Amino acid sequence: MNEKDYDVIILGGGPAGLTAGIYLGRAKVKTLIIDSGIIGGQTVLTYEVANYPGIEMVSGYELSSTMQKQALSFGCDIISNVGITETDIIGEIKSVTVNNETTYSSRSLILATGGKSRTLNVPGESELKGKGISYCATCDGDFFQDKEIVVVGGGNSALEEADSLTKYASKVTVLHEFDEFQAMEHAIEKAKANPKIDFILKSHITEFQGNGKLTGIKYKNLDNGDTNEMKVDGVFIFIGYMANTKELENTHIKLNEKGEVITDENLSTNVPGVFAAGDNRAVKYRQITTAVADGTVAALNSIEYLSTHSK
Amino acid sequence: MVLPTNLKHVATAKDHAELIENNENVMICCGRMGPMCIPVYDVMEKLQDEYTHVEFRDMAFDSPEAAVIRNHPACSSFMGLPFVVYYKNGELVAATSSIQNREQITGILDEKLQQ
Repeated sequence: MNEKDYDVIILGGGPAGLTAGIYLGRAKVKTLIIDSGIIGGQTVLTYEVANYPGIEMVSGYELSSTMQKQALSFGCDIISNVGITETDIIGEIKSVTVNNETTYSSRSLILATGGKSRTLNVPGESELKGKGISYCATCDGDFFQDKEIVVVGGGNSALEEADSLTKYASKVTVLHEFDEFQAMEHAIEKAKANPKIDFILKSHITEFQGNGKLTGIKYKNLDNGDTNEMKVDGVFIFIGYMANTKELENTHIKLNEKGEVITDENLSTNVPGVFAAGDNRAVKYRQITTAVADGTVAALNSIEYLSTHSK
Repeated sequence: MVLPTNLKHVATAKDHAELIENNENVMICCGRMGPMCIPVYDVMEKLQDEYTHVEFRDMAFDSPEAAVIRNHPACSSFMGLPFVVYYKNGELVAATSSIQNREQITGILDEKLQQ
């Protein structure tokens, strides 16, 4: 097995991890970023970013590609789309094994594993993904020209995408589990004013129906327990994100009941030398800008940790 | 019409026919440069060194020439980009719709496009 030593290993190559890499690389700290998926994380899945300061409009892919180039230019090593098969982060020397082949070690570790879209986890969802069930209105909206669709969720993404999908769909029903929306007022008003949008509240989907193609849903009213069926051609799911921390569950890193990493204000975890940054942390707001800020703070504290815990 | 990826491209239906006729194992991702497609291209780029017995290609979904994939019976129920098709000895042996991760893709490659 190959072994390679670094000062800092960053798990996750989204905005938090890449920012930490940029800061560490510039400080001449030998740094490796490892991501089990594509570099850029959730940002790559964002069609357009309009609220990143200093840049008027950019695709998520372009923004994360630029961040990656910056990190590489400062000497950071980056590997992506690999399986992280083992981690040992308790001791003074942390180690991460990739694809059961190569073990990388470091004295400090930054957990920037990000978040992932929530799914409903009800029967039919995985089988009918891409066959009527979608998680991206920009990507798949035009497949639903003159069709009847449902949008699941009550946040900004759900209501804004419901409104945009009326460009294609003949009718959009927003189905939400609570009796009020979490979205900003302007998004709620716009959706309510759209004559093509209907609302079903206090309900959730219990089953997707269809054989090889979505044909309908079963949903349950959470007030009275009644189950109803609806014929639909498409369902778009926008029910937020969850921390991507499954691999951390058996590592002694302290997580809260939602599986989010608990840190102090320096972004230190309960394990010395291990910091967390970005969407995997227990925080209220998750934005590219907050991830970038986290990456900065974690990198600087990691540098301080290395200097006070010299080899 | 080709996509700005680092993969080799299939530009025409003729290219497509020649590719699957002359190669035992072929994977083609037919998509756009959108959020569900880019991660699949990225996985394919990384797999090229590992699966040297497979030809990895992309094809622009909006090209009229991509009808050869868009209109394939195996893709008739697809309503999510990208459409990914796998060929063994010229026969379509698997097809997926929407984003797939490395594990899902290698699962199909290991099962359907063995050496």
